Amino acid sequence: MTPIIKVSNLTKKFKDLVAVDDLSFTVQKGDVYGFLGQNGAGKSTTIRMLLTLIEPTQGTIEIFGLDLRTHRKEILRQVGAVIEKPDVYKYLTAYENLVLFLKISGAAKASKQKLMEQLDLVGLAERAHSKVKTFSQGMKQRLGVAIALSHDPQLIILDEPTNGLDPQGIADIRNLILMLSQKMNKTVVVSSHLLSEIELIANRLLIIDKGQKLVEGAAAELFDPAQTVIEVETLNNAQAIQLLEQSEWSAMLQPASANEIILKMDKKQIPSFHQSLVQMNIPVLSLQPRHSLEDYFLKVTTGKQHVEAFTN
Amino acid sequence: MWKLLQIELFKIFKRPRTYISFAAITALVGLIQMGLYIDGKSYVEFMLRDLSMSFEIEGNILNGYLVCYIILQLLLVHVPLLITLIAADLISGEANMGTLRLLLTKPVSRTEVIFAKFGAATIYTLLLLVWMAILALFVSMALFGTDDMLNMKSGYIVQMKSYDVFWRYACAFGFAALAMLTVAALGFFLSLFAENSIGPIVATMSIILVFTILSTLDIPFFNAIKPYLFTTHMIGWKGFFDVKVSEDNEAIIGSVQNLGKVLQAAGILVLHIVGLLIASVIVFKRKDVLS
Repeated sequence: MTPIIKVSNLTKKFKDLVAVDDLSFTVQKGDVYGFLGQNGAGKSTTIRMLLTLIEPTQGTIEIFGLDLRTHRKEILRQVGAVIEKPDVYKYLTAYENLVLFLKISGAAKASKQKLMEQLDLVGLAERAHSKVKTFSQGMKQRLGVAIALSHDPQLIILDEPTNGLDPQGIADIRNLILMLSQKMNKTVVVSSHLLSEIELIANRLLIIDKGQKLVEGAAAELFDPAQTVIEVETLNNAQAIQLLEQSEWSAMLQPASANEIILKMDKKQIPSFHQSLVQMNIPVLSLQPRHSLEDYFLKVTTGKQHVEAFTN
Repeated sequence: MWKLLQIELFKIFKRPRTYISFAAITALVGLIQMGLYIDGKSYVEFMLRDLSMSFEIEGNILNGYLVCYIILQLLLVHVPLLITLIAADLISGEANMGTLRLLLTKPVSRTEVIFAKFGAATIYTLLLLVWMAILALFVSMALFGTDDMLNMKSGYIVQMKSYDVFWRYACAFGFAALAMLTVAALGFFLSLFAENSIGPIVATMSIILVFTILSTLDIPFFNAIKPYLFTTHMIGWKGFFDVKVSEDNEAIIGSVQNLGKVLQAAGILVLHIVGLLIASVIVFKRKDVLS
């Protein structure tokens, strides 16, 4: 099967700075492809190259099996994008912005009802005729998403789409991405520096740092529940550590800084672990499960020596 | 391409700042007309102070044609600023707003974007000049009437028959359009290098200011470079009001004293416009859009 996106040996240099370094990856049809990395890792530069905003120094990009250099227009007709802050024309209304970008996209003229439905999809129908300069950042973000979807593209590229959104807005965008993938069979590439965001939506992901690929794979494998990390907080952590070291859970204790209790276990073991804490009379304040990938993500983006440890 | 041009025009005319230029032209022309209407007689007497000692001048001297000429002399120096406000904002303003990247992720080529934006700037410039023509020429004709037009030169005076003037204004406004489009092309080109419109607006005006000063300085060193400065040719519209005279010292109807020079100036301005537009396409096609 031809991948929707095939990036080969992509490099971008800005004078002496190598922003993207020999990056290769593929995105398959129907994927929600999570693109992870810290701020400045090279995500936005890569996305800008996918959208022809930046010319690669080296490497090739194929989208829908076509070379992006030679089939730019053909490809972009089937792509919708939100790049970081989705700034639109502030002196126009949301509806006017939608109509304007739909025209530029070369799509067939849509009825007013259809456009209003699209604004409704992102919760902006009531503000359709308000000038964008009166919008909050979150509303602009949602309008950006509506514009990206307006011409019914096959591939949707979202660069940090939840930036500036409140928790409800974040959940709405997340549900929208899942709906696009599951119900409308769209392919979505979504970048973020927040693993917790990507974890909930992506079926495949790529982590990059300093422009280089660190890991690429299926989320189901990378988010293996057997690798769940538990962070425990008690009234007396020093005492709790002593008790845990003498218990059946000692092998699962992870090296941590003083008075920090971290264990790695299968997610299914959490209830019995909690029961043990109660039986040992350890007064628990909080028990926070987080995936080992989160630890991994933090480690690999601050020191690459941990990569092999995880991938092995 | 046509669709893109329509969109660019829609954006230009949806912005309140676009109408500032039209309001400014209206106010300035109105003020000059009001001043001349109230106290035009003394203005004319002052202009003709030397000639009135030797000649008896009769008729409606301060007619609509002369008023329009006075207005154009005063205003055409300042209109470039109004043109620059829009032209120098076309790319840099979008970069500043962040809409440039969204626009360029759409299936339109960068060359099309350049041509559509410059096309829109051209239409805006032409509309501004048409508005100026309506106010400066037609309103003046209505307010001050029409008669033969006197064109005061240093040492002599040219009298053009009233029926020989209108076409000259049509040509003069056409020439002014070329001059203003050169300014628009320069502002547009400079806007490719900035991410807010202040820089290119100031840079364009500075270039015009420096070149205009160099064009008017009568120093041999600068005389050599004058033909290469577009500002030297921007005042070429005045050439349409220099007429040939017969052996009887009568103005020859329909004549232009130095048509070749006027056409050459127009040609140089066209070359500037084309050159700046080609340079804009080349620069824009290679530009990494980072903002």
